[in-house]
Amino acid sequence: MSTDLASPIPLEAFLSVAAMLFCVGVWGLINSRNAVRVLMSIELMLNAVNINLMAFSNYLDGQLIRGQVFAIFVITVAAAEAAVGLAILLSLYRNRETVDMERFNLLRW
Amino acid sequence: MSIASTTQQICFLVLSATTVVGSLGVVLLPNIVYSAFLLGGVFLSVAGLYLLLNASFVAAAQILVYVGAVNVLILFAIMLVNKQETLAAIPGLLVRRLLSGAVCAGLFALLLRVAFTTTWALPGPTPVGEEATIRIGEHLFTDYLLPFELASVLLLMAMIGAIVLARRDVFSTDVITGEPADQGLIEKDRTPLLIEKSAPAPTLLSKP
Repeated sequence: MSTDLASPIPLEAFLSVAAMLFCVGVWGLINSRNAVRVLMSIELMLNAVNINLMAFSNYLDGQLIRGQVFAIFVITVAAAEAAVGLAILLSLYRNRETVDMERFNLLRW
Repeated sequence: MSIASTTQQICFLVLSATTVVGSLGVVLLPNIVYSAFLLGGVFLSVAGLYLLLNASFVAAAQILVYVGAVNVLILFAIMLVNKQETLAAIPGLLVRRLLSGAVCAGLFALLLRVAFTTTWALPGPTPVGEEATIRIGEHLFTDYLLPFELASVLLLMAMIGAIVLARRDVFSTDVITGEPADQGLIEKDRTPLLIEKSAPAPTLLSKP
């Protein structure tokens, strides 16, 4: 197989997929009633950002792949965020006995 | 990447379609268990996209961390808070969904416009390909050493914080009286701060 220098997939294709994933994540973040689904939407958005970083790292920064290092840090922070977020969710569920986002309105103005 | 270009294009089409359809399923499906498993599928497809981008190490990290840890954690959380409840209707829910959908569509159009109108500096340098893992290791131990160490501290803090937030039964002594106090009993005995209950809670702590 020949290794052609120009990748057969344009950079804009990856950016479009990442944009779609991010927008779906934003919509889910706004509209979810279940708190676990809100956390899943946040994970979707973080993955979209990671796709962008990896695409730029491959296409524009092929020698010093700094985007991949940043993606690893984003994955680390996402893992920490998921653990703490789900612990907060468990604590909330223990206090209010629901996971409905509309009933977590203690700080509502 | 030493795969034929047509194969790469087909792989990209399949993976991106799986990613987008799976993410729509995560957001839209009514059953949250299906959403969690579809989220695992989305993570796997994103790992496949990373493989297309010459990043085998990050793809492996994605599968290990996201599919192996985060998704399992989400499934455990679903099991722990799995209460079937009928959600109270909210006035103007449809309007809110349509408005947020319009905002998200506008954001998508904006992002697409930026992606397609910017003149990227293509073609960039030749990708390093399979040497990427070596380069990442060099980065992590030279110029990104401080963020690397801070990430370890962050993970430790997240671990301790998650344990502190999620634990339930802790036997310790009361600060004021010096008596042994059970955290679960305290939570039950205290007047419920957040739950609206009609009947007063039973007083368990007053017993010796």
